Amino acid sequence: MAKQIEVAELDAYYGSHKAIEGITMTVEPRSVTAFIGPSGCGKSTFLRTLNRMHEVIPGATVQGKVRLEDQDLYGPDVDPVSVRRTIGMVFQRPNPFPTMSIFDNVAAGLRLNGRFSKSELNGVVEESLKGANLWNEVKDRLHKPGSGLSGGQQQRLCIARAIAVRPQVLLMDEPCSALDPISTLAIEDLISKLKTEYTIVIVTHNMQQAARVSDRTAFFNLAAQGQPGKLIEMAETSKIFTNPTEKATEDYITGRFG
Amino acid sequence: MTTATLKTGIQPISTGRRVKDRVVQVLVYLAFLVAVVPLVSVLYLVIKNGLARFDMEFLTHSMRNIGPNDAGGGAYHAIVGTLEQVLLASLIAVPIGLLTAVYLVEYSRGGRLARAISFFVDVMTGIPSVVAGLFILAFWILVLGFEFSGFAGAMALSILMMPTVVRATEEMLRLVPMDLREAAFALGVPKWRTIVKVVLPTALTGIVTGVMLAVARVAGETAPVLLTVFFTDSINTDPFHGPQMDLPLFIFSQMQLPNQTAIDRAWAGALTLILIVMLLNLLARLISWWRSPVRKG
Repeated sequence: MAKQIEVAELDAYYGSHKAIEGITMTVEPRSVTAFIGPSGCGKSTFLRTLNRMHEVIPGATVQGKVRLEDQDLYGPDVDPVSVRRTIGMVFQRPNPFPTMSIFDNVAAGLRLNGRFSKSELNGVVEESLKGANLWNEVKDRLHKPGSGLSGGQQQRLCIARAIAVRPQVLLMDEPCSALDPISTLAIEDLISKLKTEYTIVIVTHNMQQAARVSDRTAFFNLAAQGQPGKLIEMAETSKIFTNPTEKATEDYITGRFG
Repeated sequence: MTTATLKTGIQPISTGRRVKDRVVQVLVYLAFLVAVVPLVSVLYLVIKNGLARFDMEFLTHSMRNIGPNDAGGGAYHAIVGTLEQVLLASLIAVPIGLLTAVYLVEYSRGGRLARAISFFVDVMTGIPSVVAGLFILAFWILVLGFEFSGFAGAMALSILMMPTVVRATEEMLRLVPMDLREAAFALGVPKWRTIVKVVLPTALTGIVTGVMLAVARVAGETAPVLLTVFFTDSINTDPFHGPQMDLPLFIFSQMQLPNQTAIDRAWAGALTLILIVMLLNLLARLISWWRSPVRKG
């Protein structure tokens, strides 16, 4: 189920502004990869190029290669919709669909692609909510609106929604930055559980979080404001946090800048 | 108190600001009253004068074979005409307006075509209603040779509805957070399905309100209907053939007659029109309430 991602010489643009430059990396399957770096260094932009969400923004373009196993995601005959079905995403702010109930939110990915029976949906919804550690909290109010949940529950609802379509990779863009410590802990536990089945990439501003949940860490930086962001260093998380190769990485993780 | 003030530097509210606050408050209330007085007095007059003839006969009979000086008669033919014409006009204007707004917000990416469409929608908003009537009269009836009909009137009314529907829908679609679209895209939902299943339902309440405003506006139009639907005293339930009637026309024709029975009929017609628009509004509220997530909560 989980698959490896290979990125080669990837540049991403907003109009004529180059946001990230020359990124080459490999994301291992069944593991958690964390992206850290100062604001504006292009972590989120890079994350969004991995499932072709970058190009949703008007004027945004990508050059370079992203391969999932052997398939080039930016190949000429690749359907971006199908890429996004394979590589799911969880956003910074919880964004359940306000017009839908908890059940409908989780079922949305399947139902909006329209090919499932009622009993299949019931099974998938229960399984996904259990997978997101939310089932026990919401099983009695599945048909209440998702917007009535707390922030942390909403974020877990969004994770349940993302895993309901059974993606092979799960991208998370600062999934805990809007949450309190207890909810953050719940999400981190969930990430550790999910990595047995999915390839997970997480962007975070919280270095303790990167250290806690990730197996490998990539550090991004930009030379100056307005310059494109670059990948500085990527290695085992323990190595990045104890013995980084680059001076910039060490400065960042020891809090000397950024 | 003064010592406390001195110690912390926090001041009590000054007299000047207290006075300003009062003055502005009074002005706001006054403005509200000035806005409400004409509204209430119109309602009061219409209800008071309209009730005289607002009865079952009025609602179920036409003006056929009723002379200018006769009592009795009713607006049934006009009520039927108004409902049919407004329904037809909505059937034309709402899909076109909705799709135009969807194109402008979701697909255009601010191109030249989008700017041109926006500009012409603004121009259409300013079209006097009689011009829309003249256009259909000149084009549909005189050039193409069709007869006067409710449908011709509906076309004229749809021209007036369209810009309102486009503008209202556009505003509502822009209010739908980008987050929701991205959430749907990230689930692998195609763009058109995202729009149909996520964006439009989220904006539904606002769109319904906009459509109802447009309906209320055209339901009261007289000039374009006079030029395209013409006029009749008989019941004509077929909006595609022959002259019809509608409530504004009914009011217009009755109030020109120099006797009290006709004037009473005109007032009752006005009351009926207000009630119809109000009922349609209630219906729309009901629909958007029934669709809203709050109800499920």
